Amino acid sequence: MDLSYSPAEQAFREEVRAFLRDELPAALSDKVRSGAELGKADIEQWHAILNGRGWLAANWPKEYGGAEWNAVQRHIFEEEAAQANAPRIVPFGLSMLAPVLMKFGNQAQKDYYLPRILNGDDWWCQGYSEPGAGSDLASLKTRAVREGDHYIVNGQKTWTTLGQHANKIFCLVRTNPDVKQQEGISFLLIDMDTPGIEVRPIILLDGTPEVNEVFFDNVKVPAENLVGEENKGWTYAKYLLTHERTNIAGVGFSQAGLDALKRIARVEMSGGRPLIENPHFAARMAKVEIDLMAMATTNLRIISQAASGQAPGVESSMLKVKGTIIRQEINDLTRRAVGPYALPFPSEALAGNNDPIGPDYAAPLSAEYFNNRKLSIFGGSNEIQRGIIAKVKMGG
Amino acid sequence: MDFNLTEERQMLQDTLRRYLSDKYTTATRNTILESETGMSADIWAGLAELGVIGALFTEEEGGFGGAGFDITTVFEELGRAGVVEPMLETAVLGGRLLAALGNDSQTALIEEVIGGGLHLAFAHGEPTSRYDLNRVATEAKVSGGDIVLNGRKAVVANAEAAGYLIVSAREGGAVDDEAGISLFLVPAGTSGVTLRGYPLFAGGRAAEVTLDEVRLPASARLGAAGAAYGAIAGAVAAANVALAAEALGAMVTATELTRGYLMTRQQFGRPIGSFQALQHRFSDLLIELEQARSAVINAAGHLSDPVAERDRQIAAARNLIGRAGRLVAEEAIQMHGGIAMTQEYELAHIAKRIVMTDHRFGDTDYHLERFIALSAA
Repeated sequence: MDLSYSPAEQAFREEVRAFLRDELPAALSDKVRSGAELGKADIEQWHAILNGRGWLAANWPKEYGGAEWNAVQRHIFEEEAAQANAPRIVPFGLSMLAPVLMKFGNQAQKDYYLPRILNGDDWWCQGYSEPGAGSDLASLKTRAVREGDHYIVNGQKTWTTLGQHANKIFCLVRTNPDVKQQEGISFLLIDMDTPGIEVRPIILLDGTPEVNEVFFDNVKVPAENLVGEENKGWTYAKYLLTHERTNIAGVGFSQAGLDALKRIARVEMSGGRPLIENPHFAARMAKVEIDLMAMATTNLRIISQAASGQAPGVESSMLKVKGTIIRQEINDLTRRAVGPYALPFPSEALAGNNDPIGPDYAAPLSAEYFNNRKLSIFGGSNEIQRGIIAKVKMGG
Repeated sequence: MDFNLTEERQMLQDTLRRYLSDKYTTATRNTILESETGMSADIWAGLAELGVIGALFTEEEGGFGGAGFDITTVFEELGRAGVVEPMLETAVLGGRLLAALGNDSQTALIEEVIGGGLHLAFAHGEPTSRYDLNRVATEAKVSGGDIVLNGRKAVVANAEAAGYLIVSAREGGAVDDEAGISLFLVPAGTSGVTLRGYPLFAGGRAAEVTLDEVRLPASARLGAAGAAYGAIAGAVAAANVALAAEALGAMVTATELTRGYLMTRQQFGRPIGSFQALQHRFSDLLIELEQARSAVINAAGHLSDPVAERDRQIAAARNLIGRAGRLVAEEAIQMHGGIAMTQEYELAHIAKRIVMTDHRFGDTDYHLERFIALSAA
């Protein structure tokens, strides 16, 4: 047992820290810190800065222009990036589609799409969930029928995150309705400009247009946009999910959130004293910090297994459940910390063009609390994760 | 023992429930949320006409109710429908302060309130007072025959619509003394009063109020100089009963919506409510809902008790409702999944109402501390 990072890992952390200090524009980190909405240009700017350093595609092999970091390095970067209030890297092209293309795509697809992802030529979104296929994803109904050298796609996807920015969507579609659900699904790459596609924003309960519905009406997709083999899409989708499990615990976000909470609790007053001295509030903060300390180590234990080549299995599900509970608890406490100033809905302040109402840190807190209820719903709800844990451990 | 509503309250409940289910649809409410005033004048007039405002005042005050169970009857219905109109500010807080402290000409305003023609706002909380009712830094100084107010008031709900702000200010004592606090009736548009209005996260509007050399005649004072704390605590006690009942009503709706969703949403070829893991969690919500209902009954039934027992019961209710409310809001969203995260779905608004209740007149922790202190006394 040795809880310390190796000298090489510590040196890497310093390198990341220096990079963030020198290269992360203050305009971006200010927006992240204050909870303001990031626009498409903000995210593209940050991606370009990272790409300039060769750090955008942390998990890609060097041959494709990636950083080829191991799990510990990725963890260190994520931790430091969260501390520095760097924008989140949008994962759809980089860490969801790209590994699938590398493993199952043909040479032409790899040659064409991977550099475009890296250079920001394409913004990908994910066409998985449907109104009737959420937790039960395999029941998806969006239909793709082969006609000559095209597929004709009809149906609807939903919860498409940042689809409003995307020019491409990777979709799970049903190509064979007559077999077992999982065996009739294919993985298609679709240009969002194709006639017959309509994107409608869904306004979330915090007022943000973060997700969309995407409708397909006789959309003609070239057959060459099929990834791998027809009707093998479920295998690729599962592969994608196992590779989108880095940072599933969100330790960096929780740590940054807890630090912010403590800063707020030091200046908020309760009964004429700093809130951080209030025993009930202090106890709530302590409990979540204790949970986070343990989870950070659980996360590192799993990461170091992964770094030594063992693929994480059911532990990913455990980290997702615990990680989301902790992040949501921190959101809840931070909202509570500001008392009555959690009540305003400062849409103007969030857009970053007005004086704050009350303390400047209060503006986004209620919105964040509600928005982050999604953490335990998306990417396989916590109920689905618990089901996976039980199934694996009880052999069901 | 009798846990049934009186005939009058049963009628009030039936009428109000019917009115709101007809008129206060999700679509109507979403339009109200988007509107500049954050409320509907038609709905307000309708509520006044039904006698809903009058039910919150005693016969002596010109109404036909005014007891704890009248408050809970009205506010549970408002909570069920997710009503954002400022009944709490105008009728409960404003109305009770006028009734408790006003002279004849001041209490004459209550008739206008009951008729739906006058809004009120209680400008008490300050930027750093959090939930402490005794912490008032705003100053009132006598100058010649006038009174001059200086200070800042935070998150004053309904301030923009109010014909009068009821402003607390200190005329003596230290910043956290109960003694020395006075209330003043400040007409809208009085020189030196600046409002910075904004929408609230769960609907309705509030404002930051700046009082800069606000000059008032001495007749603007409500009650005796420096002696308003008891009335403030009384009005806030009633407001806390109302908030608890409103949260209860919203919890009923959240639970009903969840039941409906669990029974109809199909995944894996069957209704998700057929999964035992969800059945048990839904059952827990129903158990907490009954606890919440009893807590509301306890608080309402003790609203006229001596102050210490009244406040102990109310602190207990708000603490329990705070805990149960968070559980119901979060579990209802979780069991619905993504659909509950969308603004246009009824549950999103209802969940916001429940959670944001915990930021008004004390949150779960504040009421826990109050309960401990009052129980030890």
